[in-house]
Amino acid sequence: MKNLFLVAYLDIRESLRSKWFYVYAFVFGGLMGLFFISGITDSVVMGFTGLSRLLLVFMQVTIIILPIFILVTTVKSISGDRESNILEYMLSFPISLKEYYWGKFLGRFVTVFFPVVVALFIGVLWGLVKGGELPWAMVGLYSALIFSLCLVFLGIAFFISTLVKSHDVGLGLSFTVWIVLLAFLDVALIGLMMQNRLPDGLIISIAMLNPLEAFRIGAIALFDPELTVIGPVAYYLLDTLGHDFLMLYAVLYPVLLGGLFALFGYYLFKRKDLL
Amino acid sequence: MRVVKVKNAVKRFMGATVLDGVSLEVDAGDRIAMMGPNGAGKTTLVRSILGFYHLDAGSICVEEHDPIRERVKVLASVSFIPQLPPPVKLTVTELLRFVERSTGTPVATVRSRAEEMALDLERHKHKPFFKLSGGMKQKLLIAIALARKSRLLIFDEPTASLDPKAREHFYRLLEAQGHEYAAIYITHRAEELEGLVNRHITMDLGRIVEDVRV
Repeated sequence: MKNLFLVAYLDIRESLRSKWFYVYAFVFGGLMGLFFISGITDSVVMGFTGLSRLLLVFMQVTIIILPIFILVTTVKSISGDRESNILEYMLSFPISLKEYYWGKFLGRFVTVFFPVVVALFIGVLWGLVKGGELPWAMVGLYSALIFSLCLVFLGIAFFISTLVKSHDVGLGLSFTVWIVLLAFLDVALIGLMMQNRLPDGLIISIAMLNPLEAFRIGAIALFDPELTVIGPVAYYLLDTLGHDFLMLYAVLYPVLLGGLFALFGYYLFKRKDLL
Repeated sequence: MRVVKVKNAVKRFMGATVLDGVSLEVDAGDRIAMMGPNGAGKTTLVRSILGFYHLDAGSICVEEHDPIRERVKVLASVSFIPQLPPPVKLTVTELLRFVERSTGTPVATVRSRAEEMALDLERHKHKPFFKLSGGMKQKLLIAIALARKSRLLIFDEPTASLDPKAREHFYRLLEAQGHEYAAIYITHRAEELEGLVNRHITMDLGRIVEDVRV
């Protein structure tokens, strides 16, 4: 276990010196700054205002940016280490593959999760300074949702990194995963629904298997427990799952899925040639 | 004492046979210059010994341990230097800490070996490893490898980026190793290792075609 934490610690130190980390932190910090400057907390859109409004916009931006950042930087770093023979040297020391893989996973998780959560808390503090009320439960649940989203895409990224050896193929696959999941947020499923080719229940189930959709529904449910924003599908979801189970699902399903992908990745890491 | 035993090792990459039934025994005290043209299978063989590759057939034992299933036990007694210093992004201090924690080799011992290689680590301790010059990187890798007092040294072209003086330091350090060890040096220039090795192995097309004691 000591080597696991050592690998995690060194990965964090390495990330803190990387350009990608600064871009990543700047994007989320900068967005939050942009929200303040543009006065989002004072605007009223779709009935949301103040901190709720800010969190809603932050959620919409997170859905787009977070997955691609995690996928690209993680796949690039791990495949890059393999191609530049860093992996060959580091793994010539007596550390188990388990400690190396999970240490990297832990280190990478810390570096992708904290900038987003810190940006979120800066936003909440700003809202409080401006005289808003602190929605503790909402901030707590939203942090849990971000935790799940980071974990699922980190799991997928580690899986891709161990599945393919080429850096370019890994990046291509990352973009494909991101585009497919984003497309299945709405566009593709609405198309299927309109053509009436599949039962509505099946389409909604497919949508809910998408971790981005689980995050989105969970985040919307925080502000709008009746899910009026997403239209008639809300009745189906709330009648079938109920509000509490829906929230539980939105947090736990991505964690489970990310954990499974990370485990498959570890299995491949152990079973395949390391270089 | 038998350090490495390779028995009928076969390794294929996308249908191409890179190791074609290689058998090799390395005993403590053996200092091997492993030679052969590019693509002969030298690097694949040492990577298999280090547990990076799963063999398609045959077996490898390092001090009675399987490099895949018991990699920690195997690598605890092996020091490896790759052909080209990898662009490790850790600082020198972080790399030394990694070596100390994973192998139990005190940082002070590595520093002392580095000094014997005329490398002042104090001046460069905050620099990322990849920002050191080619010669400094190679010296540091050598210092780490020799400080570990491993029973098996696997060095891939160890003197490639060293100037003549640094080579002398390296040879002197090897001679001063105060314990029994086996060594495999992959090289294209056997004359550079003259006096250091007592066995020449030549590989070609995935096979050992010559194995002579010198």
